[in-house]
Amino acid sequence: MYKLIATITKDIRILTRDKVGLTLMFVMPIILAIVIASIQNSTFKLVNENKIALLLCNKDTGDISKQFSIALEKAGIFQIKKVEAAETDEQIKNRMHAKDAFVAIIIPNSFSEKIAANAKGIADKALHNLGVQQDSQKIVAVKADPVTLYYHPVLQESFRRSIDGAIQGALQLIQSKQVLRSVYSSLNEKELPDSLENQIATNTAPINEIPVSRDGSRNIPNATQHNIPAWTIFAMFFIVISLGSSIVREKTSGSFIRLKTLPTSYLVALASKQLTYLTVTILQAVVIFAIGIWLFPVMGLPKLNIPSDILSLFLVTLICGWCAVSFAICIGVFAQTQEQSNGFGAVSIVLLAAIGGVLVPSFVMPASFRTIMQLSPLHWCLELYYGLFLEGGKLSDIWMNIIPLLAIIILIHVLIVVGLKKKNLI
Amino acid sequence: MKNNAVTIQNLGYSYPKQSNPSLSDINLEIAAGERFGLFGPNGAGKTTLMNCLTGLLAYNQGKIFLSGNEVSRNNKSVRELFGFVPQDFSFYPELTPEENMDFFGAWYGLHKHEIKKRTTELLEVLGLADVHNKQVWQFSGGMKRRVNLAIAVMHEPQLLFLDEPTVGVDVQSRIAIINYLKELNAKGTTLVYTSHQLNEAEDLCEVIAMIDDGKIVAHDNLKNLLAHHKEEGLEGLFLNLTGKAFRD
Repeated sequence: MYKLIATITKDIRILTRDKVGLTLMFVMPIILAIVIASIQNSTFKLVNENKIALLLCNKDTGDISKQFSIALEKAGIFQIKKVEAAETDEQIKNRMHAKDAFVAIIIPNSFSEKIAANAKGIADKALHNLGVQQDSQKIVAVKADPVTLYYHPVLQESFRRSIDGAIQGALQLIQSKQVLRSVYSSLNEKELPDSLENQIATNTAPINEIPVSRDGSRNIPNATQHNIPAWTIFAMFFIVISLGSSIVREKTSGSFIRLKTLPTSYLVALASKQLTYLTVTILQAVVIFAIGIWLFPVMGLPKLNIPSDILSLFLVTLICGWCAVSFAICIGVFAQTQEQSNGFGAVSIVLLAAIGGVLVPSFVMPASFRTIMQLSPLHWCLELYYGLFLEGGKLSDIWMNIIPLLAIIILIHVLIVVGLKKKNLI
Repeated sequence: MKNNAVTIQNLGYSYPKQSNPSLSDINLEIAAGERFGLFGPNGAGKTTLMNCLTGLLAYNQGKIFLSGNEVSRNNKSVRELFGFVPQDFSFYPELTPEENMDFFGAWYGLHKHEIKKRTTELLEVLGLADVHNKQVWQFSGGMKRRVNLAIAVMHEPQLLFLDEPTVGVDVQSRIAIINYLKELNAKGTTLVYTSHQLNEAEDLCEVIAMIDDGKIVAHDNLKNLLAHHKEEGLEGLFLNLTGKAFRD
């Protein structure tokens, strides 16, 4: 036991004197978590709170185009900048190149007239079908001229879809109103009262958004709740840079020659590294979680809500840390040089993070990747953390995801033993 | 064999993917308490033989016994018998000499109080007491060599293997190291030493062996060998036995 204690003491001394290694282990993931959470939070705000600049060129003088303009404003996601009707398409495009706005809408000059005619045609058809209007010869079908939508190519598809949806919604609203007015005036031979029109137009069923959580919590997950667990796992696995090169450095240094001639197995050294660096991964998690709880609100970011089942959180952190440390040791055992360890270690973590759903949500991955995803230990770590942080689960809800992670850890240890035997180290 | 510190029987070793053996048919006995020197040109097989003796290389042929225990079979008990001063610095430069000795002492299987006692003694004897709290990377080459030696003798081994223990050090450090090695030998430790410092070797070694092309070409008391080959010093004897051509 004293051998192990002395080895842990040695490892802690070396670790605490490696300022660059400590920075990589603690400061880098903190910066990463803050930056990514801030960016994602801003993205959510852009979609949900901030407004997208929109150039509106109305070449029509009728009422319906004005109503369309009002409907666009009421959609809530646009900051409308009206431009002169005389401006050409080229001038509007130039404005967009100058980043005046990312979206532009051009309403054609006969818009109101055509929409009204189109609505009247639909209303007449409806009345004819109901038997109110007898003469089908009088029904004239008029096709509305299209509204032109320009968008800047930097807008990503998800943004374009949101914008399309909002514009379609506004168009649908005014067209429906127009049909309603035509039907009403044909039946009653007078204008539809504004109060009734508004009542009909705004009478939509409310949507009650409720996240599916296991503990009954109704907190809607935010960028912090998604990012902190993901980047904590990433930080844990990034320990490969420090631990992997520490093993390679020891292997290639003279000290290893002496270790091999001493009456103690090298497994003691590996056990010490496991315990020392496992403690480091737990500390990383504690520091990053603490930042999510206390520093993020000060920075204007959403606060991290810690799961109610603290014991499960500790257990999951312990298993994730153990997996990360084992992976780093495996890389260190097989790598011949520090360059190999650092290069392969870093690239493999980024790849495993990508296929594991840390960088891109797993549900958007193609089906072929979903099988490969299960080979990534980061995927199982993320599933465990999401089970606790997002779904409010307990140990009984997540234990099925612990089993594959433990299987991966065992496999890594088998590889470590094979590597050590092959290199005549045990 | 029981009075021998080292017995080597028909030892052969070939590195993987090498057609010529690095060691072939080595037979050697080193008596307990002897100051034995192993010499030869670069690539002759000195370090390979030293690595086989210390268990760093698993030899393919023959047997090696240290104080009657076969190296390949009783690894743990054999490792407790000897100390090794490799040519490379074999410690953690980020640690102080004291911290290095705390760690390596534990790996030798010493108790905490023994480690403390031996550390104090050795740092004093090897002139490192004043810098016991300084990280070793800050030391001069001579100081690092003394740390290398101190760690190897912490457990007071019966047998000490030294692979060029004074390479690259100043005269003062060399004298301190050689004098300490003589002191150890006087207390009963067998020394097995290799070096290219032939003047130093002549001063330290009583019995020598010359190795060339993986074979022992001479093995006897130094005085007998010099008389037999009509040479006045070890350098002349070395050239007489191994020739003047470059060997590496």
